Amino acid sequence: MISVDIQRKSYGETQILGRVAFQIPKGETVAVLGPSGVGKSTLLRIVAGIDPDYQGTVTRPDKMAIVFQEPTLLPWRTVLQNITLVHPDLSENAAMRMLKKVGIADKAHLFPGQTSLGQQRRLALARAFAGQPDFLIMDEPFVSLDPETADIMLGLTETLIAETRPAVLFVTHAREEATRLADRILELRGQPARLAPHLVETGEIE
Amino acid sequence: MTENRLVPALSLIALLGLWIVAAAISGDPTVLPQPWALITPFMQEVASGELPYHLFQTLIRVLWAFALAMGVGIALGLIMGRSERINRWLDPWLVVFLNLPALVLIVLCYLWIGLNETAAIAAVTLNKIPNVTTVIREGARATSRDLDAMAQVYRMSRWTKLRHVTLPQMAPFIAGAARNGVAVIWKIVLVVEFLGRSSGVGFQIHLYFQLFDVAMVLVYAFSFIFVMLAVEWLLLQPWERRVRRWRAA
Repeated sequence: MISVDIQRKSYGETQILGRVAFQIPKGETVAVLGPSGVGKSTLLRIVAGIDPDYQGTVTRPDKMAIVFQEPTLLPWRTVLQNITLVHPDLSENAAMRMLKKVGIADKAHLFPGQTSLGQQRRLALARAFAGQPDFLIMDEPFVSLDPETADIMLGLTETLIAETRPAVLFVTHAREEATRLADRILELRGQPARLAPHLVETGEIE
Repeated sequence: MTENRLVPALSLIALLGLWIVAAAISGDPTVLPQPWALITPFMQEVASGELPYHLFQTLIRVLWAFALAMGVGIALGLIMGRSERINRWLDPWLVVFLNLPALVLIVLCYLWIGLNETAAIAAVTLNKIPNVTTVIREGARATSRDLDAMAQVYRMSRWTKLRHVTLPQMAPFIAGAARNGVAVIWKIVLVVEFLGRSSGVGFQIHLYFQLFDVAMVLVYAFSFIFVMLAVEWLLLQPWERRVRRWRAA
């Protein structure tokens, strides 16, 4: 069970987040929806433990994984090493199986820079799921992809989530992505941002 | 042969030509001997074992000072580059040491520690650390926050992170500091030997300086220059190519 209870978060004088509290049981996928700049990434960095400077408490498991907007790979290590270095307990065979699952097994011994951006994102997904995480965090992982590729990546992510059943926190500004992937949608709005009490079913979020 | 290799070769040959002309004009081998006049004394020094012995002594000091200066410099640079608080405290020290003449540090080390090997290596190391630190600090400031976050969330161990996430990002800066380091360190080692050691290339140059033997001074100087060029070509450059593989790919 992931339990988030943030009282407030400020950068200097500017308060970004108000009280934001929610829980994610194992196996549930929760999307946080909100317009750009509302504080989604800030929230996500707090939940992930990257940003320790806030008021409140977050309970999270040890085995976590994250997928950023950018692939965020180690360009100086091979595709395969990008998985085995991050998951030292994982055998090379298991890492190869993971690469096969996302369809880039033939790139295992190339450097990430020798593969396409789409393949790098697949690698980032493979890296996230390879460790059988209890908690997966995704920060707009399909942003800046063309609709077709985004659709394929979404399908791949759905499959992997169904296999591993982690708790997932998923940040996006695209409602279609949220409804397709998530069991539950939380909306972040206002300044300082809070969770909207009721989910607005229709209408564009600005 | 490509122009890239031809030009440096021609340039070096031109320098040699200049030397020959200058030697011919001066007409005094005790002031500037012809290049070929160095061959016989060189062979004699090698045969007697003097040159290899002193070269080796200097090389050991260079290696020690290099390893220590790079080790401490990289550690300090990383810490100062990643923590603005610590940087504020240590930066003034860095400025002081950067502006302290090498000679002052050498003399002080000899006075305080004694005329021994420790003082010699300490003096060279202290001279070099500030430069390494400055270069590495720039590199540490430029490291990716995203990769840090990635390493943190995936709970990468401290050592794995240092080796596979942080240091590869620093590689160009480390290579720069190392190249510059080797060049500067061996020059300072020679001064240290000149002033207070009884072995090494610097000591031999001191000896032949007092005997006004230009040929032997040149023999020792060139021998060591060739050794350092070999280090550059056989160790530093191949290493740099290796860590840069992923960029070329």
